[in-house]
Amino acid sequence: MAAVPSTAAGIADAVASKQVTAREVLEHFLAAIDARESEINAFNLVTADAARAQADAIDADIAAGRPVGPLAGVPIALKDNMCTHGVETTCSSRILQGWKPPYDATVVTRLRAAGAVVVGKTNLDEFAMGSSTENSAFGPTRNPLDTSRVPGGSSGGSAAAVAAGFSPVSLGSDTGGSIRQPAALCGIVGVKPTYGTVSRFGLVAYASSLDQIGPFATNVDDAALITEVISGHDSNDSTSIPNPPLQLRGAAREGVKGMRIGRVTDLPGGAEPEVEKALNDAFDALRAAGAEIVDVTLPSLSYALTAYYLIAPAEASSNLARFDGVRYGLRVGAADTNAMYGATRAAGFGDEVQRRIMLGTYALSAGYYDAYYGKALKVRRVIADDFAKAYEKVDAILTPTSPVVAFKFGDKVDDPMSMYLCDIYTIPTNLAGHPAMSVPFGNGAHGMPIGIQVLAPALGEQAMFRVGGALESARAGK
Amino acid sequence: MSDSTLSSVKATEDQLLEGGWELIVGLEVHVELATRTKLFSGSPNRFGDEPNTNIDPVTLALPGALPVLNKHAVELAMRIGLALNCRIQPCIFHRKNYFYPDMPKAYQISQYDIPINADGHLDLPSGVRIGVERAHLEEDTGKSTHVGGATGRIHGSDYSLIDFNRAGVPLVEIVSRPDIRTSEQAKEYAAELRAIVAAIGASDAKMEEGSMRVDANVSVHKPGTPFGTRCEIKNVNSIRALGRAIDYEARRQIDVIESGGTIRQETRHWDDAEGRTHTLRAKEDADDYRYFPEPDLVPLDPGQEWIDRVRAELPPLPAERRAMLQALTGYDPQSEAVIVAVERGQHDYVKAIADAGGDPVRALIYVTQAFAEAGESPSVPPADIAALTVLERDGKLSATQAKTVLAEIVANGGGDAAAIAAAKGFEAMDNSAVEAMVDEAIAADPDAWAKYCAGEEKAAGAIVGRVMKASKGKADGKVVSAIMQSRRG
Amino acid sequence: MANADTPITEADVAKVARLARLDIDESHVHHFTEQLVKVLAHFKDIDALDLSAVAPMTQPYPLVNVMREDVELPTLDTDEVLAAAPAAEERRFRVPPIIGLDG
Repeated sequence: MAAVPSTAAGIADAVASKQVTAREVLEHFLAAIDARESEINAFNLVTADAARAQADAIDADIAAGRPVGPLAGVPIALKDNMCTHGVETTCSSRILQGWKPPYDATVVTRLRAAGAVVVGKTNLDEFAMGSSTENSAFGPTRNPLDTSRVPGGSSGGSAAAVAAGFSPVSLGSDTGGSIRQPAALCGIVGVKPTYGTVSRFGLVAYASSLDQIGPFATNVDDAALITEVISGHDSNDSTSIPNPPLQLRGAAREGVKGMRIGRVTDLPGGAEPEVEKALNDAFDALRAAGAEIVDVTLPSLSYALTAYYLIAPAEASSNLARFDGVRYGLRVGAADTNAMYGATRAAGFGDEVQRRIMLGTYALSAGYYDAYYGKALKVRRVIADDFAKAYEKVDAILTPTSPVVAFKFGDKVDDPMSMYLCDIYTIPTNLAGHPAMSVPFGNGAHGMPIGIQVLAPALGEQAMFRVGGALESARAGK
Repeated sequence: MSDSTLSSVKATEDQLLEGGWELIVGLEVHVELATRTKLFSGSPNRFGDEPNTNIDPVTLALPGALPVLNKHAVELAMRIGLALNCRIQPCIFHRKNYFYPDMPKAYQISQYDIPINADGHLDLPSGVRIGVERAHLEEDTGKSTHVGGATGRIHGSDYSLIDFNRAGVPLVEIVSRPDIRTSEQAKEYAAELRAIVAAIGASDAKMEEGSMRVDANVSVHKPGTPFGTRCEIKNVNSIRALGRAIDYEARRQIDVIESGGTIRQETRHWDDAEGRTHTLRAKEDADDYRYFPEPDLVPLDPGQEWIDRVRAELPPLPAERRAMLQALTGYDPQSEAVIVAVERGQHDYVKAIADAGGDPVRALIYVTQAFAEAGESPSVPPADIAALTVLERDGKLSATQAKTVLAEIVANGGGDAAAIAAAKGFEAMDNSAVEAMVDEAIAADPDAWAKYCAGEEKAAGAIVGRVMKASKGKADGKVVSAIMQSRRG
Repeated sequence: MANADTPITEADVAKVARLARLDIDESHVHHFTEQLVKVLAHFKDIDALDLSAVAPMTQPYPLVNVMREDVELPTLDTDEVLAAAPAAEERRFRVPPIIGLDG
């Protein structure tokens, strides 16, 4: 048997050209999972049998000469907050333990139609609230590069799965950085597309106006490939932009000659020195590749954290109210319905989820709406306006993804604010609805990887992938 | 907000309640829209199906579900807005957050400060104008049944069962200004609103079936003083109950105030069997709905083109239909026959009979008497009824005979009036024969005739009775009366 | 009444927990209050901005008039759905007595 390629694109080509079967590819990754999963805990559920059936079906199609999709035979892991019909979907919460959705998320439908083979559901911070995956009700996921450290969050499981070689690609969701930050901490590529380009139908909502689904991959080209497959208008999602799927793979190879790339001169500080150095190195690399580096300012960027931590919990407090023990999920018995609600939700939600629900409820409540939620919505517009002004001068912007490399377990759990500060560079793009991606670029303290974030304006994925691809090439010494 | 911004309508002297109290009533009416599917998802909007069959991820508020707005529901909401003289405006949706088992998301998608329809009015048939503050879109809840208690109500039940078929059905909530001053006006408003909403095809608006629900906000005060504290009355299931509930509640509040008490702002439940309102269980914390703009939906801006098209296609409103019948028959638009015919949607049928050569007045009377059930198209061909009206008008049949023939035509779904009459041996007597019988009756009872000629209308009965007996019922009573009057001079 | 200028209190947290239907005991209320005081203190930073002329931004991408035609779409399988219910009876979802709630 030919060696199983390590990239999704390579696998797709190899399976389509019958150099290797989908089943062989799958067994290769299942073996990797067997070898290290107990150490990493990337998965809530490995769907080995179902995956084998899917792989066999694809092999049968190929053998019979029937047409298969662009991802035929490519294994993929899905963050466990995306509904998979008949397959347990828990959001890493006790309140959904054992719940099997009666429907598929749109991204799942599209991946299946493309022939991807779902290997399992990955661990996350409960309901996608967190930056370390320590908030999972089922135990944390460990960073494959150093298992005493966090993989980041909230999509820690999906990031670890790719970084550990359990799957060539995976999907995560990003509300304030939950794809990009784990990508940076695990040394892989992570993409948050423009808000509205990937359907949220079937993604368990955390913050409706901020959530987006996106891919993890070991390389930029794979990230482009997956983004192409999952993007495009969906009539089941009213916030879905009425555009066809994104076209990106060419952009990833195009280079940055003639592009203007922004350096934010008033970026909030606090990044580790190696991270600052990596950013400078990244600018140097892009300059060498033919881009012009332009200074820009984003004067209100430092307020983004506050705006986010008022808007997201507010929306979440409402989105999570449906978990009441009536129709699905955990129910704690009680004498009356009202008591049942209180007991069920207290037992089913972890501390961080409860904290954010209360913060959000407070921010929306009578007498506080204007001061908190109302104001945060205005700050959001100010930040979007700042970006708009900057993008008059540049095509893309570079910042660090995370101010720190992967930290040790327990470092930040007792101080919510310090955990929230992990997202300081990623949050602004969610507020503005813009795309951003993290590309690995060097190592920092303790040898842990550093991620550089490429930001672009809404629907600016082409520019973003040009820069991401160039950074990757520079890193590889091409 | 000062009372005058709420309402500037003042009760007339005779509208004040005993003791000089002015009644202030505002009505909140919810109508279920006649769409095929729900407001935010494609499950059927259908009554009476097996429980929990018209369900989808949105209806059940499954994790990951997202709402998508039903275009036809918007169109029907616009029809309602135009029929109520509202301004249709760009609008958004809000979430109203509260916990209840039949509310699957624990929030209702509704409209808050920017509704689709605002600032309209409804003119009561009696002429009074009632302001309509807003008519907005929102989704309905599921339905709970309570098991184990004595009355099937929540209080004392052992548990409840929830059916989500109704969850997500589109509603328009129509909120009147507190311009209503009598319970009669309230009933008139509810009846006219029902007729309007049904006439434009927006809803079948049946209170008894729950497709139209009326809640009344009631308060009392002495004119010249600030408005009183109001109570909301729920569970009113008919127009008649609405009147009774308002009357009861007004009297209850007056009694409380006159005996030195104060009215507590609360929601009260109307018990039609007992004829009283009582407090629903008091809540611990006033619910804070934490309204915020619905992030899963985008703004709605119908635009002038769509508004103009809806306006152009709007069916005639009840007031127009009543006016049409008035022009056709000469009847007052407030007369019972006209109101009933329009309410039941029979106005076009009456016109069809007239168009087929029938006598319009008789057509109106026959239709409203013979077709008691609502139904725009009774299945009897208009021409058949037209022929019958002509026979009666021309004196070939008496009114009583015509009624009998009509009953048979209706029962058979049609028929040849003349043939049926002939088969029954009906024929009206011609007028000269009736005249002769009248003269014979006068001669036979000179006392009665003398009294009748002196102005005692009741004395006519004896004469008429003799003529009817002699003619074996074939004489037309109206013809007899006409002859007697002309004899009297 | 406390307003946004006074720090959040344990009474506020208890009230908010009730609104959100979270049964949390006193020690947790105390613990959460401490944390929320810190977090909300940080959030005072936005008071430095002049937002008087700024319109709120609820959605990042400006779409308008997204609607669907009034046609039936496939429904879920009732059995599958009820099988996931914590309690069901007579094809309906069963809940304990509904008291203490606003209808």
